[in-house]
Amino acid sequence: MNLFTRLSIWLFCAAVAVWLVAPTLVIVPISFAQKKSLAFPPDGFSLQWYANLFQNPEWSRSIISSLKVAVIVAAVATIIGTVAALGLERMKARPAGLVRAILITPMIVPGVVMAIGIYAVYLDHQLVGTLTGYVLAHSMLAIPFVVIAVGASLSVFDARLETAAASLGASRLATFFTITLPLIAPGILSGLLFAFVTSFDEVIVALFINSPAMKTLPVQIYASMTRDSDPTVAAVGTLMFAATTIIIAAGLWFGTRRRRS
Amino acid sequence: MAETRHRGAAVDIRAVTKTYGSFTALDDVSLRVEPGQFMTFLGPSGSGKTTTLNVIAGFTDLTRGEILIGDRSVGGLPAHKRNVGVVFQHYALFPHMTVTGNLAYPLKLRRVAAAERDRRVAAALDMVRLTDFAHRYPSELSGGQQQRVALARAMVFDPPLLLMDEPLGALDKKLREWLQLEIKRIHRELGTTFVYVTHDQEEALALSDRIAVFNKGRIEQVGSGSDLYDRPQTLFVGRFIGESTVLTGAHETRGQETAIRVGDEWVAAPGLAGEGRQALLVRPEKITLVREDAAADPALNQLSGRVGEAIYLGSGVKYEVTLADGSRGVVRMALTDRPFALGEPVRMRWRKEDARLLPDDGSSLAAQSGEEP
Ligand SMILES: Nc1ncnc2c1ncn2[C@@H]1O[C@H](COP(=O)(O)OP(=O)(O)O)[C@@H](O)[C@H]1O
Ligand SMILES: [Mg+2]
Repeated sequence: MNLFTRLSIWLFCAAVAVWLVAPTLVIVPISFAQKKSLAFPPDGFSLQWYANLFQNPEWSRSIISSLKVAVIVAAVATIIGTVAALGLERMKARPAGLVRAILITPMIVPGVVMAIGIYAVYLDHQLVGTLTGYVLAHSMLAIPFVVIAVGASLSVFDARLETAAASLGASRLATFFTITLPLIAPGILSGLLFAFVTSFDEVIVALFINSPAMKTLPVQIYASMTRDSDPTVAAVGTLMFAATTIIIAAGLWFGTRRRRS
Repeated sequence: MAETRHRGAAVDIRAVTKTYGSFTALDDVSLRVEPGQFMTFLGPSGSGKTTTLNVIAGFTDLTRGEILIGDRSVGGLPAHKRNVGVVFQHYALFPHMTVTGNLAYPLKLRRVAAAERDRRVAAALDMVRLTDFAHRYPSELSGGQQQRVALARAMVFDPPLLLMDEPLGALDKKLREWLQLEIKRIHRELGTTFVYVTHDQEEALALSDRIAVFNKGRIEQVGSGSDLYDRPQTLFVGRFIGESTVLTGAHETRGQETAIRVGDEWVAAPGLAGEGRQALLVRPEKITLVREDAAADPALNQLSGRVGEAIYLGSGVKYEVTLADGSRGVVRMALTDRPFALGEPVRMRWRKEDARLLPDDGSSLAAQSGEEP
């Protein structure tokens, strides 16, 4: 391979990389802008939009709401998704395929379609704008991620170790906690992180089911964009971007890290 | 570990049947293993050895019958309450625990105090000579070392019965032979009852007090190695253990003997034929080869053939002789001054009482490799 080919491949890859991250990176400079404008590139430097983020109760309330929902969703989806993945692993291939397909539907069905359905049901049951409402909707969206992550861990888990544990005197429950759980923990952890991020990021369903009483952060960002269009959204975006990157990177790291085997 | 010398448990398998749908994996199997005995289940793949081990261990439910370990019927007892050590072919070591962690696992489940636990782990490691590897993870050990850890783990909690399912199957020949000696030594030192599964007849002969030969979900014969080699009760057992010349053909009764026709010659063995086709089985060391010009001896059976193969064994020579009906004779002899050449016409000779008359059960080499239903 001559220098020219190598150089053009390198340039092409760099261009793709920039294309992929550019929109995200644009918000970082804007968040430090001096003027109340979303123009790019921004003029000057200030931390006022970050200050606004933490001083304005509308923003801080929505951040807390989002964190609360995401933490509960992560717990609920991880437990349900893990149990589902364990069950699927023990089922016969055909019915398991069907059940898996049903569990994963929320990932495939367009968000707007789901949102309309959820909204219609919630109106009838006074769930709009409630914590329960957010948790139910987001857990449904997050469970598929957990099922997939834990399922991947289980597919490389050697179930014969459970037989060995039984021969050594471990009950089913003891076997689960001492053998199965530690060995699929990386999958569970990455499922948990994906579930958290799924809820924390979610905007479509949240737009439908929010109320003035309870707004999640993405909804607040959207509202602020359409109303004030000040760089606070860029500040919150930058923080979310940083947090999400860290969480997803951690998730991938745990998920791909091979146990000694 | 002198104080752990027992008192292995007897195993009584009583008329056990196991079916999978319409397929019968175990067909009315009965067998008693005496306390402290080294019992081997030998048979081709698919003959039901693992299934039998699994019903003893409690991994598989049986369809009919009863199993007793010691004096206790274990029918309703789940695997984890049977207190039976199991060594698997695939080691099944816990990858997230060190060697010590693996060995301590059954002791922790039994709430053995820490000091006693350490002592027993150390003793078990010493028994399999892996003391230096205590803090390694299984992935940092060779196959042979992993299997020794598995063995130590299966005996560290002092079970009165140890089950092993082809534990050396994944190892190469040299290592296998050495580990066979180790297993034999450990059996001697522990006094535990061992039930060992293999499809390798040499391994079975090397290790066992008694061997149960499995075929198609049934036990064909139980006995010591020499019982099975010298006095096989079925043609299947005779063929499976050691080498043999098997002669089949039309038969007729001559006084107290039964004669069988091979090509246009007749050979005889003491005993009266039962129903159906009959076969004669002769062990290779019972047969001598002579040249065509040798004087006939009416006391001996004699068959003509040609030398098909001569294999030098160090201690002697093995000849394969192609007989008139196309079947294959196997002869083992001491080295002679004038070895037989390939293709040379020869006569196989043996004493009538050295052949065994058995009903022809249609067993074949293909059936013994488990490839034939
Ligand atoms: N879970 C099962 N379902 C159906 N058939 C089985 C099952 N387990 C074993 N078998 C059948 O039972 C027979 C005996 O198997 P096994 O005991 O494993 O043989 P071996 O250990 O002697 O090779 C085989 O034909 C095997 O296919
Ligand atoms: Mg087997």
